[in-house]
Amino acid sequence: MYRNKYRLIVPFLIPSLLLYVTFVLYPYGRAMYISLTQWRGLSKPPVFIGLENFSKMLGDSNFWNALGNNAFYIITLPLFTIGLALFFAFVLTQGARFARFYRITFFFPQVMSMVAIGVLWSFVYHPTIGFLNSFLKLVGMSDPPVWLGNPDYVLSALSGVAVWQAVGFFMVLFIAAMESIPATYYEAAMIDGATQWNIFWNITIPLIWGTVQTALIFIMIEATSMFTITQTMTEGGPSRGSEVLSTYLYHEAFINSNFGYGTAIAVALFFLTLLISVILTRLLRRESLEF
Amino acid sequence: MTINSAELPTPKMSASSAGKPTGFSLPRMLLNIVLAFWAALVVFPMLWLLYTSFKTDKEIFFSPWSLPAALQWDNYVRGWVDAHIGDYFLNSFIVVLPSLALILGLSAMTAYVLARFPFPGNRIIFYGFMAGMLFPVFLALIPLFFLVKDLGMLNSFPGLILVYTAYSLPFSVFFLTGFFKTLPSELHEAAIIDGANQFQVFFRVMLPLAQPGLLSIGIFNFLGMWNQYLLPLVLMSDAKHYVLTQGLAYMLHQQYYQNDWSALFAAVSMIMIPTLLVYSIFQSQIQKGITVGALKG
Repeated sequence: MYRNKYRLIVPFLIPSLLLYVTFVLYPYGRAMYISLTQWRGLSKPPVFIGLENFSKMLGDSNFWNALGNNAFYIITLPLFTIGLALFFAFVLTQGARFARFYRITFFFPQVMSMVAIGVLWSFVYHPTIGFLNSFLKLVGMSDPPVWLGNPDYVLSALSGVAVWQAVGFFMVLFIAAMESIPATYYEAAMIDGATQWNIFWNITIPLIWGTVQTALIFIMIEATSMFTITQTMTEGGPSRGSEVLSTYLYHEAFINSNFGYGTAIAVALFFLTLLISVILTRLLRRESLEF
Repeated sequence: MTINSAELPTPKMSASSAGKPTGFSLPRMLLNIVLAFWAALVVFPMLWLLYTSFKTDKEIFFSPWSLPAALQWDNYVRGWVDAHIGDYFLNSFIVVLPSLALILGLSAMTAYVLARFPFPGNRIIFYGFMAGMLFPVFLALIPLFFLVKDLGMLNSFPGLILVYTAYSLPFSVFFLTGFFKTLPSELHEAAIIDGANQFQVFFRVMLPLAQPGLLSIGIFNFLGMWNQYLLPLVLMSDAKHYVLTQGLAYMLHQQYYQNDWSALFAAVSMIMIPTLLVYSIFQSQIQKGITVGALKG
């Protein structure tokens, strides 16, 4: 059966290995070195400076500002996205009317590009052409905020867009998990007089816990990036009010030509993501239920 | 995931409780209002965008809610031609279609070999590919830019195609390896006994059987690449080569100087409408294709 197998294995593996090592593994490895250098220009080579970029980062108020903005998303995105998605998934699997219509509609933003969504919501939030503020004026608010132009509101405004976009995705994920729970579990609970609330917390959630865990890690990873929404809608403004680590490192590298420092921020971002994933996995560990 | 819906007798709650009022303890009315509200929140901005795209700039500014007095088809012409949305569409296709063909071909070949042929180094290569899924793309971004530059492939379609392909390999290989492992090896043996060589077994027997897996991974990668913004932003700085997402973001940022809002609304509609049409036809396959990444994770 495996006669002459290397004649197949070698040509089947070489092209993808070559691409993968060149364009993926090599840049990841090289990033570790570049983060230890000062690299200002396209023509000049990087100069090794040890951990200087990282010590500079500790005293860089822009870095802490961006990290703080990420922290805002790390708290709000999971809370609202996973909360709403679980709620919708539960209601729609319990035989709500028009469940199919809602499922298809809620998922749609997931198919659109983040850029198109960013542009659409820039229109919606726009102080003169947007419908949101003219609606708020209609219902009696005399001076609605300039959502994307005010540092006090910009994070909430962008967070709202991210939640709007992601809820459908996680809802579909939870629906798939919930539909595989045997109906007899619910029937037994109802005979015992359990309320929907009890059923949700004591049957549904424990049985789909694995999926909830995956979902939380996914949304956390998005919260540590938020690149496309931010870059499209505000470019980090106003006055760094919505700058996150990903847009900060992009600007440092590709606008200010601080390639070494930009890479160092990317390394910090990587460790942040890793740390969050590890903490989450530990915190959320429960005995998995087999059924 | 330990859950396998195929093994369960009655997967759906609604199937057994249909017709009976199972009764929410929360008032049903309230639930329906919340659902309808979220549906409106999803649908209304898009509907608003659509009808606003037919208004004049003056109407857009002075009456954000009102319907257009007359349909301004000219907005679409300006968006498509003057704002180059047509060119950006073409560029996106030029990048995404060859990338998709490369990814499907290469990941199927790689996954097939890793799934079905024991040889020294097999596991190392498999986990090597998996390692690529651990890192955020931001970590590679700056070295990648210089690598592509040194290869003379900045601002070129082949450069972006190779990069897209390379970054899609880890997940595609992972997914298809799992898929090929489930195919029965008797088929392989039978084909060899019938005198087929290894290549014929792959192309005539295994690849056709892998079609459902290729479809899922194809949808997943197509949407991912079509909607990709970060990589072209860094690797394609020449406006002539902009892909759709870049072109759209560029148009939005230009508005602060140009003020042709109506053309911009038309541009976003032109991007949204085909997506909406394709989604409404293939929505269940697309939902499966997109969530495949999380379900197997």
